Order: sequence, then structure tokens, then C-alpha cells
Amino acid sequence: MTAPLDVSGSELEVAPEPGPVGPAGRAIEGRSLGQIAWTRLKRDKVALTGAGVVIFLILVAIFAPLIVSGFGHPPNDFNQDLISTETLAPKDGTGISAAHLFGVEPVNGRDIFSRVVYGARISLLIAFLATLLSVAIGTALGVIAGYFGGWVDSLISKTMDVFLAFPLLVFAIALAGIVPDTAFGLSGDTLRVSLLVFIIGFFNWPYIGRIMRGQTLSLREREFVDAARSLGARGPYIIFREMLPNLVAPILIYATLLIPTNILFEAALSFLGVGVRPPTATWGGMISEAVRFYSIPHFMFFPGMAIFVTVLAFNLFGDGLRDALDPRAR
Amino acid sequence: MVTYIIRRLIWGVVMLAIVSMITFAIFFLVPRLAGATSESLASRYVGRTATAEQVTLAAEKLGFNDPLIVQYGRFAKGIVAGADYDYGPGVERCPAPCLGYSFLTRLPVWPDLLNRIPVTMSLAAGAAIIWLLSGVGTGVISALRRGSFFDRAAMSVALAGVSLPIFFTGIVSLVLFSYGRPLAITAPGGSYTPINENPAMWAYSLILPWITLAFLYAAGYARLTRSGMLETMNEDYIRTARAKGLPERVVVVKHGLRGALTPIVTIFGLDVGLLMGGAVLTESTFSLPGLGKYSIDAIVNQDLPKVMGVVLVTAFFVVLANLLVDLLYAVVDPRVRLS
Repeated sequence: MTAPLDVSGSELEVAPEPGPVGPAGRAIEGRSLGQIAWTRLKRDKVALTGAGVVIFLILVAIFAPLIVSGFGHPPNDFNQDLISTETLAPKDGTGISAAHLFGVEPVNGRDIFSRVVYGARISLLIAFLATLLSVAIGTALGVIAGYFGGWVDSLISKTMDVFLAFPLLVFAIALAGIVPDTAFGLSGDTLRVSLLVFIIGFFNWPYIGRIMRGQTLSLREREFVDAARSLGARGPYIIFREMLPNLVAPILIYATLLIPTNILFEAALSFLGVGVRPPTATWGGMISEAVRFYSIPHFMFFPGMAIFVTVLAFNLFGDGLRDALDPRAR
Repeated sequence: MVTYIIRRLIWGVVMLAIVSMITFAIFFLVPRLAGATSESLASRYVGRTATAEQVTLAAEKLGFNDPLIVQYGRFAKGIVAGADYDYGPGVERCPAPCLGYSFLTRLPVWPDLLNRIPVTMSLAAGAAIIWLLSGVGTGVISALRRGSFFDRAAMSVALAGVSLPIFFTGIVSLVLFSYGRPLAITAPGGSYTPINENPAMWAYSLILPWITLAFLYAAGYARLTRSGMLETMNEDYIRTARAKGLPERVVVVKHGLRGALTPIVTIFGLDVGLLMGGAVLTESTFSLPGLGKYSIDAIVNQDLPKVMGVVLVTAFFVVLANLLVDLLYAVVDPRVRLS
């Protein structure tokens, strides 16, 4: 128990001093954690490149219809005239031209560029929403477990242990595989996207939950929490006003680093044929179709590179964010 | 120590029971939410040519009309004591760990799983050795030579490694390195050969999957080891160890690495446990007949008893691995006291 300091004595009242003066004669301003992090992040060229690519990809996903209409080849349209009827491969090998930047698929000649661009929508949408769900559940339960301790903590911690023991991928495949094409009042892509968001988000929360629990445990012992408590603050006030602002940095870092994991997860499910249903374009789905045509490598190359670049960009940005917000972790 | 192990064992059994309940509930409920009836489930057992009465009878005999809790009780009893299955023509005895019968083949699931486990175990064990040695080794060297060319190159490769989907690297490595391809390193006849038949062919058939799988994990472990080593090498006890005049090698391995190893051991246990339940993507990319391929095939055929079997076996391995990891802590980290 920390005794409240008596600071009412008049001898402590001093005349306001001029603020500290920097070497160039300018006053030194106090900087918030956010400002310090931003200065550090600005110097990290690699992380900024990652951030730039991330923003670019988000814009591509949002404006996919606009970009694709500029080239005039919708993602599900066949271009049979470019396909050799004998080999079923594109006539000139790849079909790459000014009209088809990434070439065309074998057999039906769908435009690979359009499909990769549209694939970004599914990939990013599912990854973002699933991350949001994981972070929401993980933060709520992690903070509750860390703050209240005792049986609440052991109940939540054991629940996390149970979740971590599940073979996530097998479970996700099984669940995504047995839900029919119309369920819960939804159908088509809307159903598949919500289903994937739920499965990926719901089974990933224990990772965030463990981190948040650990952070809360250490925050709980800090002086400012003691101070708030001794001033009569109750649980909800301490959690929301004292702890949550201090958890923003780890939440941001781990959310940024969870997004690429979820992109890979969605790609894996689509690759295995239990993601969003064809003909809707997904990167994983394109690779799984391309496997049969491995002698036509450009078919596999572009969706593969799309996944790689996206995941790499998020990882670079996430690493930079962590270094900027938490320099000890460097 | 003994009480600790007993307590952990009890919790492990409780955890398996919980996992089995959740799994059963989900695989029981979801098909019904999706519109399946007792009859449509039973018709999978009696075949397509059965009459409506036969299907109704089978549904009744298999207990598909009983409440969820009764059905789970029967399932749990089957695992512990075995069960008798009766779906019309005669009674079949399913001996003790009875995980039910396949919808499709009508054969018990457990012997199938026993056949698949050695394949998955070969894959996981080989890959685990490769990734642990290469990942931790790279991480330690990177941390000691922080900022050097080696560090930057290794960390770039590691970052690329964690950013590539394994099914993509798997296919690329198949296209480049499998028999008959430009940079072939494997022997002809790529399919899996059991180790007791021909150890050389066993290693040959697994070398590509091992390397592909290990690359993904090694990348993550290298990053983890590097940041852990950077942290521990700044600890006071490292300075003490150096001040005592210990050789640098001893300082790095016995003091530095040992302190950085705790989180790695945790993750290693979880990773290996989960992999024992089947490396779904690797096995399906390389057509290895392990648990992962088995579960994928089962899912495609909507053969839920098989899927449930794989989930439970995986959970078993994870619980076992976690137990071993907790015991290892006491060995690795001298600060841990088991109580």
C-alpha cells in the first residue's frame, strides 16, 4: 500500500521556472509516446515502404472494379480466342499483352490481372474483419483475466489452453466444408466471407488474449493504477481510463502482425477449396487451379506473388511499428 | 515434482474431455443446422440402395434420435471401453479406443489413424530437427553479429520465409527439385516409403517436404531466437558471467541461449504437437498419406467421424507436448521451480 504524499505544504510552492532550454536556444517541448513513435517510424524506411505498399493494396482492393474496367476484362469473363484448342494453354504461352498485363489462364482464358486485383478484395476484407474479431475477443478476455485474477483468470486461461490445443486448420476446413450454400439467412459470397471471418477470427483470439493478459498483469502493479485505486476509482474506470490507453500500442502491433497470418490462413482455405466459392477470384483458389498447369508457370506466379508481397508488406510495417512503439523489443 | 506431474496429467485428461465435448457438439450440431436429419445421417451407413424403413431402423439403432448428451456419452464410452455398432445386418464390435465408424467405408476410424500416424510423425520429426537446428543457430549468430551482412541477409530470408504460403513454396520446390525436374534432388517414385521397409527411400521420399516445412518454421524461429538473444545478452548475469572470466562460448550457450530458450521451447511444443495431428497443407501438396491428407479427404467426403478422430488425436498430441514442455522448463530455465 503506498501512502498518499502530503503535498499541501506551502514550502513546495515555487515560482514558475522558465522551461528547459535546448542547445539551439529553443524550448524543449514534451513529446507524447505517439509523437516519439512517429519520429522513429519516419526514420524507418523499410517500414514506411511496407506501409506504402499496404495503403496501395487497400486502394487496389477498394477500387478494383474501376481498375479492371479500365482494361475491359472482367475477372470471370472467358477469352477463348486466346486459348489454343489443342493444348488448352494460351496461344503464345502466357497471353501477356497490353490488354492482359499478367496474361490469361489456360483452358478458359480468364484475365489473370483482373482476378488478382479482385482477389485482393476477398483477401484483405476477410483478413481485416477476422483480425478485428480476434482482437476484440482477445483484448476483452485477456484484460478481464489479467485484471481480476483468481478464478476468472484461471477459467479464461484454461479456455485459451483448450483453444490452442485444437488443430485450427483441420477444424476450419471441416467447418467451412460442412456449411451448405445457404445458411443463417445468408448465401453466396456474403455467407462464405462471414463464415471465414468467424472461423478465422474466433479461433485466433487466444494468441492476442495471452499477450493482453500478460500486459494487463504487469500494468496492474504499476504506480498509476495504485494511485487511481487509492483515489477511489473502480474496476471499469481503471480498465477503460487507466489501462486501455496503455494497451493501445500492443494492440496495434499485434493486430498489424495478425493480419498477414490471417491472409495466409484465408489463402490456405481457398487453396484447399473451402474458402469463397468459385468463380469468385481468390489468390489461394487461383494457385490451387494453377497446380494442374505447373508447366505454365505464370498462372501460379502472379497470385503467389500477390500473397507474398501483401504478407511481406504487412510484416515489414508491423515489425517497424513494434520497433517504434516498443524500442526494447528491437 | 510428482504432485505437479499428477496435477498436470489430470488437467490434460480434463482438457481432452473438454476438447472431445466441443468437437462432438460442433460436428453434431452444424450438419443439423445445415439441414441434415437423423435419417440422412443414417442413410450414409446403410448405403444408397436401402429402403426408407431400413434407414429409419438404422437411425433408431444407431441412436441418432437420442438427445445430444446421450449420444456424446455413448461416444465417450466407446473411446474408453469400446462400443457395439448395430446398423441393421448385424452387430459389430469396435474395440477400445473406438472413435466411431467411417460414414463412407463403414470401417472403424482408429485403425486408419494408426496407419497414418507414422507418416505424419516421420514428416514432423524430421522437419522439427531441421528447423530447430537451423532456425535457432541462425538466430544466435544473427544476434551475436547484429547489423552484419550475415544478420541482414539471414533476417531478410527469414522475413520472406514467414511471408510465403507453404503450399506455394511446396509446389515451387516440387516443380524445381523433384525427380525429372531441372534441379532434381530426389529419387524416382516420389510416394512415401515406410522407414522399416527401406530407410534410404524413406528419407528420399521425405526430403523435399522436410525442407519445405522446415524452411517456414526455421524462419519464424530464427526471428524469435534473435530477438530473445538480443534481450538476454543485455542482462546483468551475462556481464557477471563475463566478469568471472568464462570463455565467450560458454557465456553465449550456457547463459545467453539458455535464457532465450524458454519462449522457443513453449512454441516448439505447441508447433510439434499440432504438426503431429497432420501437416494438412504440406501433406496434400506432396501427396503424403498422413493424418493431414486423411482429414482433408474425409472432409471432402463429409466423413465426420474421421475428422473428429483426427481432431481428437491432434488435441492429444498437443496436450502431451505441452506437458513435456512444462517439465522441460525446469531443465532449461534454472529460475523455474515446479510447485
